[in-house]
Amino acid sequence: MKKDQFVYVTYIRTTPEKLWKALTQPEFTRQFWCNTTQQSEWKPGAPWRIKAPGDLITDSGEVVEIDPPRRLVLKWRNEFRPELKAEGYSRLTYQLEKEGKSVKLTAIHEMEKEGSKFIEAVSSGWPHILASLKSLLETGESLEETREWPREACE
Amino acid sequence: MDAVFKALADSSRRKLLDELRKQNGQTLSELCEHLDMTRQAVTKHLVLLEKANLIAVVWRGREKLHYLNPMPLREICERWIGKYERHRLQALSDLKKGLEQTKTKKTKTK
Repeated sequence: MKKDQFVYVTYIRTTPEKLWKALTQPEFTRQFWCNTTQQSEWKPGAPWRIKAPGDLITDSGEVVEIDPPRRLVLKWRNEFRPELKAEGYSRLTYQLEKEGKSVKLTAIHEMEKEGSKFIEAVSSGWPHILASLKSLLETGESLEETREWPREACE
Repeated sequence: MDAVFKALADSSRRKLLDELRKQNGQTLSELCEHLDMTRQAVTKHLVLLEKANLIAVVWRGREKLHYLNPMPLREICERWIGKYERHRLQALSDLKKGLEQTKTKKTKTK
């Protein structure tokens, strides 16, 4: 079956443990993911959601697989743009692999259909967010355009 | 960063990236269909692009799928293109595209 899929790979000078924390914990995500937080008990089957300022739930789903600090798979649906929500659930996979002094982070976002507007929408946001995450972990500062909500990078 | 510029300094490799931009996630055989290169040449170019992290690879069963990875180029942009410049550059780029399209249309109607 044909599907829409994006694969992003970035190398970050950090440890898998620190990167895992940055991807899941509010004090980090606020800095590089447009002032949003992710809420979940982080165990298989647990609900998962992204919350923007003003209690806006932008995305929701559940934890499919979790193996800290190596692999996280989420079921993911947009919640605030009706045309994207209508497409249903996508699947996001993070893989963290230690390579020398860096961690290779692979983010795969896929949807079991062709011509997905959701995948098109997230494909422009991911590179911003991941570049900002890299900057935060390597320099202590995220990129300015990803610090506030709403921003193009996060919509 | 040297690896990125080296990988981009070749028109065949840029063409491979163009192919993936059109249709992401292609196998070696699919890529060969659209390009006037031997299978060996395409393989060699793909290795260089993969080393530069411009291509990400995912295995689906026994198939190796190639994806355009924009991250190294994003990092280059972050380094030399500032936050405010980006919007002005986008406006200029849209203007260029718009004008060039108009020109093409006019030529066609002649």
